[in-house]
Amino acid sequence: MTTPVLSRATETADPMPGVLVLDDVTKSFTLHLRDGLTLPVVSGVGFAVRAGECVVLGGQSGAGKSSILKMVHGSYGVVEGRILVMHDGAQIDLATADPRIVLQVRRRTIGYVSQFLRAIPRVSALDVAAEPLIRAGVEPGTARDRTAGMFARLNLPERLWSLPPATFSGGEQQRVNIARGFLPDLPVLLLDEPTASLDQKNREVVVAMIAEKKQAGTALLGIFHDADVRDAVADRVIDVGRFAESPVAA
Amino acid sequence: MPAMQDMAAEQPLMSVRDLTHMYGNRTGCRDVGFDLYPGEVLAIVGESGSGKTTLLNCIAARLQRTSGTVAYQMRDGRMQDLHALSEAERRFLARTDWGFVHQNPADGLRMSVSAGANVGERLMAVGQRHYGRIRETATDWLGRVEIDHDRIDDRPGTFSGGMRQRLQIARNLVTGPRLVFMDEPTGGLDVSVQARLLDLLRGLVDDLGLSAVVVTHDLAVARLLSQRMMVMKNGRVIETGLTDRVLDDPQAPYTQLLVSSILQV
Repeated sequence: MTTPVLSRATETADPMPGVLVLDDVTKSFTLHLRDGLTLPVVSGVGFAVRAGECVVLGGQSGAGKSSILKMVHGSYGVVEGRILVMHDGAQIDLATADPRIVLQVRRRTIGYVSQFLRAIPRVSALDVAAEPLIRAGVEPGTARDRTAGMFARLNLPERLWSLPPATFSGGEQQRVNIARGFLPDLPVLLLDEPTASLDQKNREVVVAMIAEKKQAGTALLGIFHDADVRDAVADRVIDVGRFAESPVAA
Repeated sequence: MPAMQDMAAEQPLMSVRDLTHMYGNRTGCRDVGFDLYPGEVLAIVGESGSGKTTLLNCIAARLQRTSGTVAYQMRDGRMQDLHALSEAERRFLARTDWGFVHQNPADGLRMSVSAGANVGERLMAVGQRHYGRIRETATDWLGRVEIDHDRIDDRPGTFSGGMRQRLQIARNLVTGPRLVFMDEPTGGLDVSVQARLLDLLRGLVDDLGLSAVVVTHDLAVARLLSQRMMVMKNGRVIETGLTDRVLDDPQAPYTQLLVSSILQV
């Protein structure tokens, strides 16, 4: 079903070092229900994220920041270009990878904190957050202990731990989501506005957690609308506006 | 289990190529091909008449193919063309290595015998004879599908729709199948009952490392249960891929229509 993508030379000729490399990536949506109207999102996206750094995607709402994260995560397809990631010691191109490889990458290489938690009926917050650890082979008891530790750190009231998160507030759900994404020690972590609905105290906890991930050598790619958080965690900010399909003349 | 899954993932559990079933001149399903790997859940979605149930019945060897192949990895590791098996061999496979969950529990249960007997019967079919142990296993499985043990001697006719569906699932899983086929497993159930059943199925598939092919017209069911998805229309597969990618970034015009037709609540 996916069309093979021809590798194209990028303007920057030198090979970009990085755990995660986006090379001339283009995304657009073709709306068949609207007479095949094509909605351009981004084109020519190229940057690398190295181990131990946090790269922040900046730019206006609608610039395509979330779309870039979703392409790396694999929930959006890539129209053109390559997304290279080191997985199990070899570089692979996520733009053309088989679905089974993408699933493997999600288990072992790329973690993701989405903007909203997709709650599962009847599954407790603790089990929702511990699931990726258990899937990665951590013994369930140990996984739950580690999850409880992170819930406590994120100030999630203990009475909520055994309840399904569907009825939680936005901030409570987001903390379950953060724990779920931060618990596994994966080489790459994608963060889609993880602090948007958190209060100051918990934002500071997340900032500290991001610093620890950097220390541990994780490559982080994130979106943060909150300027304080962005300034505290970003090593570089990439303005996604410059990848707009039809750039506005300066 | 995930580690095991990755190791065994080298060889597909089921490999389907160019599978076609014709009802006379009318197409049931045409030129379908996919590989299902151990531990994977594949959802087949599409509207009524798209051929998804025909496809399910063909790969479960309940319906003869018109052309194409369905190869299954037998317990000894060898790939066997299902349609080359004798009727007796196919039935043995269906009883031991597979489960088949029907939309209507009455199609998968024996309504004239007790809940315990419905579960125990599958065990006896694979050669278990010790009454005490069969009853013990049956009780254990009723518990796992959240049916009170004091209902073991009741007939399924006295059960609610949701309970019957859970009983059908217990009957299918008690023999430790490697592959389960499900035809609209939550169809016809109330939404609250559906949620409970889905959660149960999700847990069992995870815990047991099962592979499954789930036919559903409900995209939410597909999202919750499956990792990969095939979209069918007029008997053909028109889109395939990771479940979340097909749902979040659908490519085919028909898939876009399906996804955009979901009511938001």
